[in-house]
Amino acid sequence: MENGQKDIVLLKGNEVIAKAAIRYGYDGFFGYPITPQSEVLETLAADKPWETTGMVVLQAESELASINMLYGAGCTGKLVFTSSSSPGIALMQEGLSYMAGNELPGVIVSVGRGGPGLGTIQPGQADYYQAVYGGGNGDYHTIVLAPNSVQEMSDCMGKAAELTFKWRMPVIILSDGVLGQMMEKVELPAYRPRRTDEEIGKQCPWATNGIGLKNRKYNFMSTLELDPAVMEERNQKMAAKYRQVEAEEVDYELYRVDDDTEYLIVAYGISSRISMKAIDLLQETGVKIGMLRPKTLWPFPNKIISQLSERIKSILCVEQSEGQMINDVRLATEGQATVFHSGRSGGMVSSPMEIVEDFKSMAREKMSTNWPKGYWMK
Amino acid sequence: MTEEIIISGFGGQGVLSMGKILAYAGIMEDKQVSWMPAYGPEQRGGTANVTVIVSDEMVSSPIVSAYDTAIVLNQPSLEKFEPLVKPGGTIIYDGHSIIQPPKRDDINVYRIDAMEEAARTGNSKVFNMLVLGGFLKVRPIATVEDVVKGLHKALPERHHKLIPMNEAAIRRGMELIQKMN
Repeated sequence: MENGQKDIVLLKGNEVIAKAAIRYGYDGFFGYPITPQSEVLETLAADKPWETTGMVVLQAESELASINMLYGAGCTGKLVFTSSSSPGIALMQEGLSYMAGNELPGVIVSVGRGGPGLGTIQPGQADYYQAVYGGGNGDYHTIVLAPNSVQEMSDCMGKAAELTFKWRMPVIILSDGVLGQMMEKVELPAYRPRRTDEEIGKQCPWATNGIGLKNRKYNFMSTLELDPAVMEERNQKMAAKYRQVEAEEVDYELYRVDDDTEYLIVAYGISSRISMKAIDLLQETGVKIGMLRPKTLWPFPNKIISQLSERIKSILCVEQSEGQMINDVRLATEGQATVFHSGRSGGMVSSPMEIVEDFKSMAREKMSTNWPKGYWMK
Repeated sequence: MTEEIIISGFGGQGVLSMGKILAYAGIMEDKQVSWMPAYGPEQRGGTANVTVIVSDEMVSSPIVSAYDTAIVLNQPSLEKFEPLVKPGGTIIYDGHSIIQPPKRDDINVYRIDAMEEAARTGNSKVFNMLVLGGFLKVRPIATVEDVVKGLHKALPERHHKLIPMNEAAIRRGMELIQKMN
């Protein structure tokens, strides 16, 4: 049933990651199983893309091996991805820093669970810092996409494939256990052929793959540079690129926001879905509340949050953690609005009613006269 | 129309597949659907539940605080989900698996003796389809024809020969369900 041009099927988010990768013409996958993302590798193994598109699927011995295979394949200009969950992504941070340092393409799917440490296998969003600020060393960024539906899991695989080569930087798709495990209706993309060696040669003249070597000097990859002046130049060049990404690639969505909106929820991923229900419930009782959902977490939609907080003075930041994105939201308001936190952690997930209750506490707090600016509600 | 359903019971009773078939039936009617299982170190005989939402509009949250319908197939599930049925909502329970039936009088209580019927006919595998039939009788959110179409989508081709048996079980379930209040 998966072999049409465009199919509407009922699939888990994790299954869609695998199927979309095959259809978007990915060259390879390197990964290691971990709940709640194991269906990515399972689906790839079941679909056997090496027999059809020629895509390589390899179960590595560890997450460290996976990310370094991604690093190596990235050097050759191939379109490759890995997927894991929180502790697995933690193991990959060194490799990510090296990939960023060499300005390499590569897609990393992170299906978040409760932490820290091994934590739980239930859904979590406590890896916002890990994805957005990174655990690797050095002055680097990765683009972070935040899908909130099974359909967007598919779309993000296509978008990541494009962005990672456009900007020559790793792209993280930050999902969570709910999006990975839930099934929704999804329209899979049409099959796109993998790039030929010639096309890779044209798209990636920097790659260490030997293509076109007769007409050029050899390429060399290393993150090591003992001359600090040269290293600084590399950092400055990367920083200039990052500023350009921030200017061009910010993506967000507004839900029920209009000129009369009095309150705003900011939420990404599964929290944005639960918040939509909470907003619908609150709107039924006459509350003028809407939502801003960042679709890219880096670059972060600072400008729109700043603009909205000129008139909306109370913002509820909903995330399934004890509060991580809230700091970026507060920075983006430039002190014009007060930001409150709502969410569960450790593998527990907010219900719509819990968000409604947190909103009511926020509204009460707002009416009292002397609350400190930036007060955190819990 | 939005129907928020929880199906809950023991692992091995076909709770998750019943939810999946229902979701596929929704797709056949061009509705929006979501299917969210409780996942973890699950096993046969452990607990299993799935939230299925079938709607004319986009499904916002796949996680809900209250349900239009609860289908409970063991006692712990009844105790957990009976309080979460919306007033005016529906609860369906299996007569054999539940010792203490639901007590609320602000919801519609239905009983289906599916376990007994499955044992009587010697075909325990259609248990979940009997229950699904009962559900569709009292909450006709999809036609039997669409469920059958859904089964064709959900099952691999080598199992399609089993579809007539499942269809018969759905129709039998429609006869078996009885209102208790």
